[in-house]
Amino acid sequence: MPKISIKAEIITHLFGLAITNSMIASAIVFLLTVFVALYFKHQSTQKRKGNFYYLIKFFIKSIYDLFYSVLGAKTDVFFPLLFSFFFYILLENWFGLLPGVGSILIKVVEGHEEVFVPLLRGNNADLNTTLALAIISVLSIQFFAIKYLGVKKYLHKFFNFSDPISFFVGILDILSEFSKVLSFAFRLFGNIFAGEVLLTIVAFLVPVLASFPFIALEIFVGFVQALVFSMLTAVFLSGAIAEHH
Amino acid sequence: MKLLTVALSIAVGAVAPAFAIGMIGSKAVEALGRNPEAESAIRTTMILALAFAEAIAIYALVVALILKFA
Repeated sequence: MPKISIKAEIITHLFGLAITNSMIASAIVFLLTVFVALYFKHQSTQKRKGNFYYLIKFFIKSIYDLFYSVLGAKTDVFFPLLFSFFFYILLENWFGLLPGVGSILIKVVEGHEEVFVPLLRGNNADLNTTLALAIISVLSIQFFAIKYLGVKKYLHKFFNFSDPISFFVGILDILSEFSKVLSFAFRLFGNIFAGEVLLTIVAFLVPVLASFPFIALEIFVGFVQALVFSMLTAVFLSGAIAEHH
Repeated sequence: MKLLTVALSIAVGAVAPAFAIGMIGSKAVEALGRNPEAESAIRTTMILALAFAEAIAIYALVVALILKFA
């Protein structure tokens, strides 16, 4: 039975901070995202642009059209945040499917014994990452709401003392903000971690050729989860900056 | 006993979301049949509602995984 752990395994310690295998994978994906973004910016100022530039531009235009139907005229303000979420989560999800991620093992001293742990692990299969992304998303929704509505109207949404029912609804609104954080985090974590467990078990049971439809399913699920995360952020944004009545 | 709890939690927890996703899909297709011009709006709303319904099944799955592996 292969060893599956919910926590990311610690590889080494660096200046007193524990480096886990999902941190190493996230560093690689982060460098890849920055490289693609810098390449796109550099190519946009050249006279003769490469083919990859046009491919990325087509990709960005289709996602922009998708967000335009939700946000309307204000898409230009929020699009950098939303597309960064989409692109980063998509690359993180797909990185866990590459050959070598999760299968190359390294010897680590854990406690008093030596065990073999995977060197790389998809970063979204770690609850820390998805919780951080969810907190960033909900905090930026509150920030944009304060920026567009002003502090008084924003507080009036939650603390409404005109009649008891509105007061109760305001308290429920605060609770629903916290539940948004939990729901974002667990949706992304559950989908990607369950996909990793599924691939491990299927590869363990039938080692030849049976993993192919499941890897195709995981590619699709990775794309859909990135889309759902950014679309839900867009919908909550458009609901938060709208006037109350 | 623990294995039985794990299996039951995901099995029972996936019944209601499956039913909900089926109903969302059928209503979306019905609305599309009545008004084929609003295809983009219907598709976006349907995917949004699908994500909310599927998240409930994922919560049950996460509980089952935590019970089994920790």
